[in-house]
Amino acid sequence: MHKQAMQNTPSLGSKITDLDQKQYDRWVKQFSPPSTWLKNCLMAFLFGGGICAFGQLLFVLYEGVGLAEKEARMAVSITLIFIAALLTALKVFDNIAKVAGAGTIVPITGFANSIVSPAMEYKSEGFVMGLGAKMFIIAGPVLVYGITASVVYGMVLYIIRLFL
Amino acid sequence: MKRIGNYTLELENHPYLEAFGAVGGKKEKEGPLGEYFDKCFIDTTLGQDTWEQSESKLQTEASQLVLEKGSLTQNDIQYVFSGDLLNQCISSTFGLRTLNIPFLGQFGACSTMGQALAMASIFVESGAADRAMAVTSSHFCSAERQFRFPLEYGGQRTPTAQWTVTGAGAVIVAGQDVPSKQMTTVYPGVTKPKRVTVSHITVGRITDLGVKDANNMGAAMAPAAAQTIADYLEDTNTSPQDYDLILTGDLGQVGSELLEKLLRENGIFIGENHNDCGLLIYDRQKQDVHAGGSGCGCAASVSCIKLFPEMAEGLYHNVLFVPTGALMSPTSSQQGASIPSIAHLVHLTAE
Repeated sequence: MHKQAMQNTPSLGSKITDLDQKQYDRWVKQFSPPSTWLKNCLMAFLFGGGICAFGQLLFVLYEGVGLAEKEARMAVSITLIFIAALLTALKVFDNIAKVAGAGTIVPITGFANSIVSPAMEYKSEGFVMGLGAKMFIIAGPVLVYGITASVVYGMVLYIIRLFL
Repeated sequence: MKRIGNYTLELENHPYLEAFGAVGGKKEKEGPLGEYFDKCFIDTTLGQDTWEQSESKLQTEASQLVLEKGSLTQNDIQYVFSGDLLNQCISSTFGLRTLNIPFLGQFGACSTMGQALAMASIFVESGAADRAMAVTSSHFCSAERQFRFPLEYGGQRTPTAQWTVTGAGAVIVAGQDVPSKQMTTVYPGVTKPKRVTVSHITVGRITDLGVKDANNMGAAMAPAAAQTIADYLEDTNTSPQDYDLILTGDLGQVGSELLEKLLRENGIFIGENHNDCGLLIYDRQKQDVHAGGSGCGCAASVSCIKLFPEMAEGLYHNVLFVPTGALMSPTSSQQGASIPSIAHLVHLTAE
């Protein structure tokens, strides 16, 4: 019935919505500027590498003051998380991350930011339903699938070891 | 008032825009239109505890401002049409709750200024009101937390993403025979401002060409704008060259190019007369806003501080104002649904 009505009153306007979605999709791709992959990758490499090198430096320092290797590693993680959380609270982290991209998201700094930023944002809805409930809104999936994956990996390892 | 063609209303009594004005935030003040805002808030919290309250305050400020500019009080306005982007339109309802004017909430996403202005004009045209007000707002921070990520989250935006305008615009529509109470001219340097009147309204149809990327809303909305403009031109038997300016709402860079392409493919050439509020409000290179501005406050503020005043000054006589809206929600986006869009057209003439 819709089609018939359009045939009776040929409308210029009706042509536009009749456009094939695939055709429009091609135009959208044509006019949408792509992300600057090369620059993003380079920045991620530099910032990500820089954070890891800084972590290594911390590790050497912590070992230097007498921490055992395992404890020194943990102290490095705690320090990096603290710095990222502090920079998030000071509203600086997002400005760095805008340039660094995956360079700050992938290391443990990104994880700290993804927990502190919703905690700050949703505090206005109260400490229980706001801060408490929404703190893990971004990091939650990482925890769920990260922990699940590590359990599966542990079971696979256990079974393999039974036969070796 | 009469219907012409399939979709267009002709307002024969020509209701006019008696007073208009807008308030903005810090980034808007730093933009190319910064000096035209009636008031800008460098502290974008506006002294409120939450971003939602800040946005409500924008509407309160804009509505008070426009009453002052028109030398009017609440009692002079019979209806207010208002909308915003937040769930249940709380910026409008909370922001205008002390206004004490009969209220009708509007939702048309970023096209809401077109919808509210159209409704106010039709109410005045029909005689239901002597004066009606249209107000809309958006706030970058409240929109981010509802639609995207927490403010301090360290992510990157895609080149097609747009920046939600922090601002609110308000306009009072009055009947031609309603005497203006304005004692002083609101346009500095213009001795005899022209009356900006509403001549035609085309209410848009919802269109959806399958765009799913919520970071490319310009692409989602371009077909709606093309559809409404084509409908209007056919109904009135006019061509884009008959108008000084076709001003779309917030298509941004990507959407504007797609709109021109869509219309060109249908034999309608708008290139030179077309501009977009989302391209005007920020300096895209310097202000890092990627494809341009967006939000209910975008079309509202640009029209109220730039378009209407310049029409009153006589720079433009015949303008098509076409605010555009992407009608998705965070839920629909997460469920992978495509983005339905809409555009409403208001034909303005300076007399």
